[in-house]
Amino acid sequence: MAIWIEEDAKVIVQGITGNQGMFHADKMVEYGTNIVGGCTPGKGGQSVELQGRSFPVWDSMFEAIAETNADATVIYVPPPFAGEAIMEAADAFDTIKGEGVIVCITEGIPTLDMVRAVAFVENRPGIRLIGPNCPGIITPGEQGGAKIGIMPGHIHAKGRIGIVSKSGTLTYEAVAQTMSIGEGQSTCIGIGGDPVNGTGFIDCLSAFEADPQTEAVVMIGEIGGTAEEEAAAWAKEHMSKPIVGFVAGSTAPPGKRMGHAGAIISGGKGTAEEKFAAFEAAGIACAKDPSELGAVLLKALQANGLR
Amino acid sequence: MNIHEYQGKALLRASGVPVLEGVHCTTVEQALAAYDSLGSKVVAVKSQIHAGGRGKGTLYHPKSREHIMDGGVKVAFSRDEVETYATNILGHLLVTIQTGEEGKIVRNLYVESGCDIAHEYYLAILVDREKKSVLIMASTEGGVNIEEVAEHTPEKIHKINVDPNAGLLGYQKRDLAMQLGLSGAAHKSFVQAIGKMYSMFLANDCSMVEINPLVRTTDDQILALDAKISFDENAEFRHKNWADLRDLSEEEEVEIRAKETGLSYVKLDGNIGCLVNGAGLAMATMDVIKLYGGEPANFLDVGGGANEEQVKTAFSIILEDPNVKGILVNIFGGIMRCDIIARGVIGATQSLGLDVPLVVRLAGTNVEEGKAILAASTLNIHPADDLADGAQKIVSLIGGEA
Repeated sequence: MAIWIEEDAKVIVQGITGNQGMFHADKMVEYGTNIVGGCTPGKGGQSVELQGRSFPVWDSMFEAIAETNADATVIYVPPPFAGEAIMEAADAFDTIKGEGVIVCITEGIPTLDMVRAVAFVENRPGIRLIGPNCPGIITPGEQGGAKIGIMPGHIHAKGRIGIVSKSGTLTYEAVAQTMSIGEGQSTCIGIGGDPVNGTGFIDCLSAFEADPQTEAVVMIGEIGGTAEEEAAAWAKEHMSKPIVGFVAGSTAPPGKRMGHAGAIISGGKGTAEEKFAAFEAAGIACAKDPSELGAVLLKALQANGLR
Repeated sequence: MNIHEYQGKALLRASGVPVLEGVHCTTVEQALAAYDSLGSKVVAVKSQIHAGGRGKGTLYHPKSREHIMDGGVKVAFSRDEVETYATNILGHLLVTIQTGEEGKIVRNLYVESGCDIAHEYYLAILVDREKKSVLIMASTEGGVNIEEVAEHTPEKIHKINVDPNAGLLGYQKRDLAMQLGLSGAAHKSFVQAIGKMYSMFLANDCSMVEINPLVRTTDDQILALDAKISFDENAEFRHKNWADLRDLSEEEEVEIRAKETGLSYVKLDGNIGCLVNGAGLAMATMDVIKLYGGEPANFLDVGGGANEEQVKTAFSIILEDPNVKGILVNIFGGIMRCDIIARGVIGATQSLGLDVPLVVRLAGTNVEEGKAILAASTLNIHPADDLADGAQKIVSLIGGEA
């Protein structure tokens, strides 16, 4: 078990014929992800070579899912078209199967496009959206596994730690920290750094709590919004598994966008200080330095009789 | 991206939201001509800068820092007063609660007709991150700092969330008008104005529309007396007109240049420059520098797929800051390969003649090749094993605490 994405999940790549799409589709196949084909409007019937194998391309997500019975799709479509790509995938999954996971990697989608796309997805309860502006989701296997996104596959190993984060490279840092104490990961999810996104911290925590493979969780937040505070309050009531946390941006000045569209302290709200305080109030063990996440996690595992 | 009040008012006017007549000016002569053409006995002479608190701000001479005038927004009752105020404002430094001590040079003025105000309200439209929808906020407590109202009397702020599937509905607009205590002609005028403002918000990909104050005149009309509008930069590709609305003098020149090369840079006040891949890791790197007793000089994210050239540009941007006494490079290679970064670092160090200590921490894809390239060079580069090690090393190299 893992969450949402099993090791052998069948995956479509939206935008597979573009530079980004093809590059990352190749890396996913190399890792062992069960890619079943791609979708690019106007290029249906063509095929794409990845790792010496040929993969079909469809014109529409309806065709792609009907032909392959895919479980998930990953979107590398440029920002002007990405909002609609999400809605097309949601409609197709919902109509054909009533369920499906959509992972949107694209950075730079207009916020109002995401407001519409998220509302569209939320009207279809079987559909899960991860992202946008995120590294994706990975469920490492004994050999290979399902890597749906842009993360470096080789740093991961199958294990019992769930990881959820707003940031890409900071997630990799967290993965490396679990490995440094000899722990692997059940599933790692980047929920993305945009102001409006799909799956949030609470969805992930709740799924990790229910997942028998996951025994502890690393949660990484950053400045902006109040998602971390809400997740901490939720965790205090509902999580039995230990959580270890970090929040990036203690030194960020107010009113300045720190790279991610959502990473901004506005009107004095969304500071790292408030988020760390919320984590601590919920019993989440915090690292003030991401290089200490491994040590803090080890302590939490020991305190819970897991090491 | 922020725009000036005069630009925001033009947008509101074009969208059918009532605003007063006004003229944008850049010289005293234009301000006087504006006064003559408006034909209003009383006019407001308003400094145009991208910061709030203008009315309570103070104007200084930009070089001598001599005090010129209190208040960056003045009500003029005669042509002479218009001349005095315009002269005192244009070309001078306006310091407000939001500009910081360095203030901003005022290059634009807005001369606007007066009106008879019965009451001042607050109105804002923005995206509610938590509810993932557009939020309209209104209050009877206009003209003041809304954050204080939110803190002390939150019950005086009324909110409606717009269902993205349904759009802004008639009852929501009427309810908001009632909550503000509006009736009769003022109620009708308000309902029309917020409907038009909401449409404008969507059509222009705004991230924020703040009208403070929105006023009810003595003849029960609703007017936008101020306009603070910002756009969602992600939507720039579908708004070609934004290029004309952008006031580059209001933005940090180096931040614009960084953005053009695909880098995300924010200048800070410390002395340790940092170069990192990924926004979250870049923030964390700043935090850890501070944790070990140093002060970061900047936020800099080179992105996921930087090449040698971008690394070089990043270094040159960091080194432009005279405060920088040392640099920490922190890379967790994913798509980005550590060997490419290592070559970029060496190339940049050689061509820029780097003379401050440099600590490099590499991890992830092709880390061994990257470390070997750095180790083989004769340059004075200090390798670090992890982020904490890197931060401690750079802080101690520049003579800090760690």
